[in-house]
Amino acid sequence: MDYRTSSGGRIERTVPISFTYDGKTVKGFKGDTLASALLANGIHFVGRSYKYHRPRGIMSAGSEETSALMGIDRGPGRFDTNTRATTQELFEGLKAESQHCWPSLRWDIGVLNNMGSPLMTAGFYYKTFMWPRTFWYKFYEPIIRKSAGLGRAPKAVDPDHYAHLYAHCDVLVIGAGPAGLATALSASEGSAKVIIADELSEIGGGILSDPAVQINGEEAWSWLESTVKTLSERDNVTILSHTTATGYYHQNFLGLVERLTDHLASPEKNIPRERMWHVRAGRVVIATGAIERPLIFGNNDRPGVMLAGSARTYLNRYGVIVGNRPVVVTSHDSAYMAAFDLASAGAKVNVIVDLREDISTDLIKQAKQLGIEVLAGHTLTKANGRARVTSVSVASLGPSGTVGPVRKITCDALLISGGWTPSLHMFSQSKGTMIWREDISAYVPNVYEQNVTSVGGCNGQFGLSDGLNDGADAGRKAADAAGYKANSSRSYKVEKEYPCSGIAVEELPGATGKAFVDFQQDVTASDIRQAVSEGFHSIEHIKRYTTTGMATDQGKTSNLNGLAIASSALGRAPVKVGLTTFRPPYTPTSFGVFAGHSRGELFDVTRKTPIDSWAEDKGAVFEPVSLWRRARYFPKAGENMHAAVARECKATRTSIGISDASTLGKIEVVGPDAAEFLNRIYTNSWTKLGVGRCRYGLMLGEDGYIYDDGVVGRLAEDRFHVTTTTGGAPRVMATMEDYLQTEWPDLKVWLTSIAEQWSVIALNGPNVRKLIEPFVEDINLSKDAFPHMAIRIGKIFGVPTRLFRVSFTGELGFEINVPSHYGLAVWQQLIDEGQKYDIVPYGTETLHVLRAEKGYVIVGQETDGTQTPDDVGMSWAIGKKKPDFIGKRSLTRPDLVADNRKQLIGLFTNAPGYVLEEGSQIVAENSSSIPIKMIGHVTSSYWSETLQRSIAMAVVEGGRERMGAELYVPMPDRVYPVRVVNPIFYDPEGKFLDA
Amino acid sequence: MLLIHCPYCEQERAEIEFSYAGEAHIERPKDPSALSDAEWESFLFLRKNPRGTHFERWYHIHGCARYFNAVRDTVSDKFLMTYVANKPRPSDLEIEEAKNGL
Repeated sequence: MDYRTSSGGRIERTVPISFTYDGKTVKGFKGDTLASALLANGIHFVGRSYKYHRPRGIMSAGSEETSALMGIDRGPGRFDTNTRATTQELFEGLKAESQHCWPSLRWDIGVLNNMGSPLMTAGFYYKTFMWPRTFWYKFYEPIIRKSAGLGRAPKAVDPDHYAHLYAHCDVLVIGAGPAGLATALSASEGSAKVIIADELSEIGGGILSDPAVQINGEEAWSWLESTVKTLSERDNVTILSHTTATGYYHQNFLGLVERLTDHLASPEKNIPRERMWHVRAGRVVIATGAIERPLIFGNNDRPGVMLAGSARTYLNRYGVIVGNRPVVVTSHDSAYMAAFDLASAGAKVNVIVDLREDISTDLIKQAKQLGIEVLAGHTLTKANGRARVTSVSVASLGPSGTVGPVRKITCDALLISGGWTPSLHMFSQSKGTMIWREDISAYVPNVYEQNVTSVGGCNGQFGLSDGLNDGADAGRKAADAAGYKANSSRSYKVEKEYPCSGIAVEELPGATGKAFVDFQQDVTASDIRQAVSEGFHSIEHIKRYTTTGMATDQGKTSNLNGLAIASSALGRAPVKVGLTTFRPPYTPTSFGVFAGHSRGELFDVTRKTPIDSWAEDKGAVFEPVSLWRRARYFPKAGENMHAAVARECKATRTSIGISDASTLGKIEVVGPDAAEFLNRIYTNSWTKLGVGRCRYGLMLGEDGYIYDDGVVGRLAEDRFHVTTTTGGAPRVMATMEDYLQTEWPDLKVWLTSIAEQWSVIALNGPNVRKLIEPFVEDINLSKDAFPHMAIRIGKIFGVPTRLFRVSFTGELGFEINVPSHYGLAVWQQLIDEGQKYDIVPYGTETLHVLRAEKGYVIVGQETDGTQTPDDVGMSWAIGKKKPDFIGKRSLTRPDLVADNRKQLIGLFTNAPGYVLEEGSQIVAENSSSIPIKMIGHVTSSYWSETLQRSIAMAVVEGGRERMGAELYVPMPDRVYPVRVVNPIFYDPEGKFLDA
Repeated sequence: MLLIHCPYCEQERAEIEFSYAGEAHIERPKDPSALSDAEWESFLFLRKNPRGTHFERWYHIHGCARYFNAVRDTVSDKFLMTYVANKPRPSDLEIEEAKNGL
């Protein structure tokens, strides 16, 4: 390692680490990042840019990194693309690879894009590849698809697991630099619960890069150590490193992502990779600091060009000299600190090029002492070199900005500084409004919309003393606001800190060559000016047309430079142009940590009935119905679905089929006004329904379309047992409650959801009465005493039952309702006693076929929210004498009484063995050439074992007028002719029903 | 995660306990059959879409299962106040007082 200092820094020099980069072994130390280790080995050229494939280096030392993006391989299924080398901690055996280049980093064919670069300026996506039109599919699209994107997407399922955690605290401090630490110290003095989080691998923020400054007489790192110790020993404080505050939401609810294993060589298997902290904080203090701004000049993207403050971080935190002969170019005092530290560490810093005429004499004096020449009032026209910066072209600036003759200065690194941008992301997400500060050419927080405040660099206070004392003050106030009297009277005195300031420069005068603003998106200053000249004047449009700020770094180093250039081009002050919206996540965040444990089987609840375990035991194939799982069919050995369903259907129509109907919604409607209430809710009339009778109820929306349906049984004058579809249960309940609570609160009705209180066993088939008669008490089951569509109360197998005589199959049918915990036992007894009748369990598939044979509609299958009762042949369900019910008024809306509405019909395919595909379109002509008018679609389609041919239900324009007509179903392979028939295919007189 | 104050439970609860129930203070006509198509269309479909104060309903579906009303600013997404169902629309003064008190 040629560029490592012999001592200093916070790395552990006693723990060397080996890792590979593009297959080659490289050495570093524990505490290094991938970037600092590469730089220690003199490696600067680490990537290729997105559009132009230009060689790129390491721009920064933090999460704002634009260019040093790598693929990190953590093992099978654990490949992370676009990882910033500046945030990836080094561990033994780490495998890193450069990306976006082929066949290698050095010899990348993508560089040919450079030749096309005059055509690839702003908005080229919208202007090119348009002609000839056919070339798009055959030629352009496949090539663009292959070369598009940044990095290699993973292909395997993420094998890691991620956790979620919920935490409440009195004070949340975002950022554990000096300002944040001072806040946390003061806030936690009493017993206020404090959480302090920082994205870095260790606590300390900015002072990790500035060991020489003194706080209350102590050297910075000594103060840091004792501060961290104090905080760690307090029970009411939680310190989180490796933790990024990723989003600020409503009412002080924030998401923090804690990274647990990406820095470990062999993490334990039971630890989650990342943890999402859902924090609800009484008060938030933002101490996120500031990010350095690059300068805009020609070829400012060459490897070796780096932010000055980052170079200082590499030296002081990691013991790495980024160049032996660095040149510094700046418009801000802070770059001098980097120059002085590097010179003191042995680097040959020949020159500081300062864009300002007026520079503090202290700085010039110190520079002179270190042998550094300061060129005041000078500019940089461009950086030279390709895979590494080799020299800079420098010129003097005349009084009116004229550029003098150019001279070249050799260098192996170029450290730049355009000032500092307060990090406003969290503040902005909290919905606060910013204000422009001309003196720092940046926005700062102004009006807070939540219980939050900002301290330090993110508040535009760049001095350490301000940050510490403001932090202490904010911490005190936060604890007080939370009701904890903080006794703290801490204050801070800082020494050996130079008060830095500077100016912002838009684009360096005399710049030639490509001057980059957004490095990751390859957007140049001239791109932004071009967007403005093409008429894009809103900053939102400029952003999207040029794509500046839209890469994974979200414009952290480019937004304000882009704003300055756009403002200039528009001839408006920056504050009148504004910034685009800040959105979470703050830095790229894994999908896994958002999902947490909600994946696979835990993605959604699976609701099961008490009888489900029997079905599972018997090898039933299940299907999801809303959140429930229901048995779809019960295959015997060697049976596929077709065979199983055919057998189940036949058994039900010839003897007995048994099915679990427990998932259906059930509501008990009770009260003196119960019948009146139901009259208003359903289309049917309920007043005259006798006690002990049932009726099929149809429910519409106010728009007149079918909303839900179900059988309703009257148990008493003032008590109804209402059923709904499985999926519609919650919304029917919600709708009923809505009307009762807010439209008709005067009605004396009470609603109780009893969906889970009753297990429901459906028995259908000619032998059903024979099966259950011996076991039913207190109910006369004979045909006359217990007609179809009636309800009786009694006992079955000694267990209380509400016995419904209803049928969804067209055979003699009963639905046995027992209190749900008896469901499985009653089912098992019926199975046992039913053996002598060859009883067969059937699932939802058979259920669908049998009801289709009878032309019974399923809400959500034949209906899609746009069918009226008449459309599906259910005008009979409407109570004609009722003054009003939900949907009645809409039924006379012009569109709902128009001619040619789609109506329910049955279809027979000419080829009886062919089963139509549900959803297939129906047309009137025997043709498949498009465009052709669609007059309807197939809603249900099955093989009918009963009829020994296929059947289908469909909705077709003016369907009922077309009885007997031939229509056509065009499919990809051919057109299938069909005949329109009555949708009641089996037993239209209903004689089996009445058995 | 928004916190919504249920006026029945008299507690602030997480938004996942609630479901939105449309614009408030729309009274269902007593005699729908007497309305013209245009008047009925207005009741069925036409809703305010203000930039600012919006009167709306919420249903505490995973709590007390009661419907209540709320005044919410559609720009800041802040709830200015919540109040029980069937109460009249609060006055500007009442909303101002609630905003400052909250």
